[in-house]
Amino acid sequence: MPRQAGDPWARQGTYARLRDGLGAYRMIAAMWIRSTMAYRASFAMTTFGNFAATGLDFVAILLMYSQIDRLGGYDLPEVAFLYGVSAIAFGLTDLALGSMDRLGRRVRDGTLDTLLVRPVPVLAQVAADRFALRRLGRITQGLVVFGYAVTALDLTWTPLKVLLVPLMVLSGAAIFSAVFVAGAAFQFVAQDASEVQNSFTYGGSTLLQYPPTVFAKDLVRGVTFVLPLAFVNWLPALYVLGRPYPLDLPAWVAFAPPLVAAACCALAGVAWRAGLRSYRSTGS
Amino acid sequence: MGTGRLYTAVALGGFRRYATYRTATAAGVFTNTVFGLILAYIMTALWDEKPHLGGYDQAQALSYVWLSQALLMVVATMGGGFEDELLERIRTGDIAIDLYRPADLQLWWLAQDVGRALFHLLGRGVVPLVFGALCFELALPSDPLTWLAFLVSVALGVLVSFSLRYLVALSAFWLLDGAGTAQMSMIAGVFCSGMLLPLNVFQGVLGEVVRALPWSSLIQAPVDVLLGTADPLGTYAFQAAWAVGLLTLGRLLQSAATRRVVVQGG
Repeated sequence: MPRQAGDPWARQGTYARLRDGLGAYRMIAAMWIRSTMAYRASFAMTTFGNFAATGLDFVAILLMYSQIDRLGGYDLPEVAFLYGVSAIAFGLTDLALGSMDRLGRRVRDGTLDTLLVRPVPVLAQVAADRFALRRLGRITQGLVVFGYAVTALDLTWTPLKVLLVPLMVLSGAAIFSAVFVAGAAFQFVAQDASEVQNSFTYGGSTLLQYPPTVFAKDLVRGVTFVLPLAFVNWLPALYVLGRPYPLDLPAWVAFAPPLVAAACCALAGVAWRAGLRSYRSTGS
Repeated sequence: MGTGRLYTAVALGGFRRYATYRTATAAGVFTNTVFGLILAYIMTALWDEKPHLGGYDQAQALSYVWLSQALLMVVATMGGGFEDELLERIRTGDIAIDLYRPADLQLWWLAQDVGRALFHLLGRGVVPLVFGALCFELALPSDPLTWLAFLVSVALGVLVSFSLRYLVALSAFWLLDGAGTAQMSMIAGVFCSGMLLPLNVFQGVLGEVVRALPWSSLIQAPVDVLLGTADPLGTYAFQAAWAVGLLTLGRLLQSAATRRVVVQGG
């Protein structure tokens, strides 16, 4: 049931639609929070579980460093810095858009129709669907590792480096969001291929938790120029850590993440609209 | 219908059920391959730094990575097989209908899970392993008997995995909402099976404990049989002991649970 060109939403300005979308998102998210808060013990348990489950990745890194001093030339605090930034950025995206991978199921069983008839942007409804506050567990875990990294690193902090930290976390979250939205758009076509999305989201965040020197040059090129995940943390973080970038890129690329993020979000928006237009209901 | 034929039919049903979702299978193979690739580079860096870590050489460590990706879904390391459905049936009370059926509850779900495991072995196991073998230097044996020994260990791993997840599902009889148990079991499964890091890299008491726990039957045990780093018969005995113990525990809990079953709203 694609939207017709003449419908009232199409004629609204971008700003008004964004405001509508965010308003709807807030409302649906608040509803899901109230619903999970009905079972507080269960909420506490699952938030802790989320914290513990994501924390295991870092436990694996600690176990590795119990045997070695350096991995790919990087010591533990440096890897913890990369890990922390990647985990916080990914955690923010997961909190905001973590339910996007359910879109494929909605396309398959036709329940997406319900969302299309409501006078609220579809993206906001899909994103806020089953909003889960327990995902704060992942962000908390990232913050803990990041906190450790900052205290353990032996760095001279310049104002520019300090400024770069919130910049890369927010841009990183925006880049991951673009990947989530583009993945969801792909599901309009592929329907039950939500796992492909996992390779780029969970796989991407795992990749970024390790130094780029660990990976093959072609893989690093791929996540710099094709799917620009390197802008989430590698490029800006290597500037903060005072490390050379493996592809001999100029130093200013460390400040490019906001631009890259904006471009990714624009492309993801185009993909999303194309996906939504291609949607035909189940016919049942 | 004979008992044997009944459970064979259930197993075939389990196989066909997963075989239906071809795009999902292709997507899963892609994901396992991507993760295999990322982990392979991390392990290469780790073994470059410390050759013969945990008694493996680099080729063995890389084989471990690709085999663990191939087995991930077969032994349902992160859960997500029959137990989700059984949890739901216990929560809603549909379990009462199952208890009326002239089939054994535990065997019924076991048959279905065996079908699922067999599909995932063929559907999601072969391709990532072949990809890994083509792109990296692995230490895979050429002797068919070793592969056969490996498959026996995989089968025992599936049995242990099933018996663990059956206990998770039964917990819903007491807790109603089994989501917490399922999550704890997933965490234990990922950490203690050797999915994150080979268990022989874990040092000291922690290493001894994780290697003695049932989850080591899922991935570490079959991989060690294939790589020739563990004695097959000893490994089988370890896996079988856990399987028998946990299946018996499941049986005891099942009979205790069915005596207290309360059908919701009925």
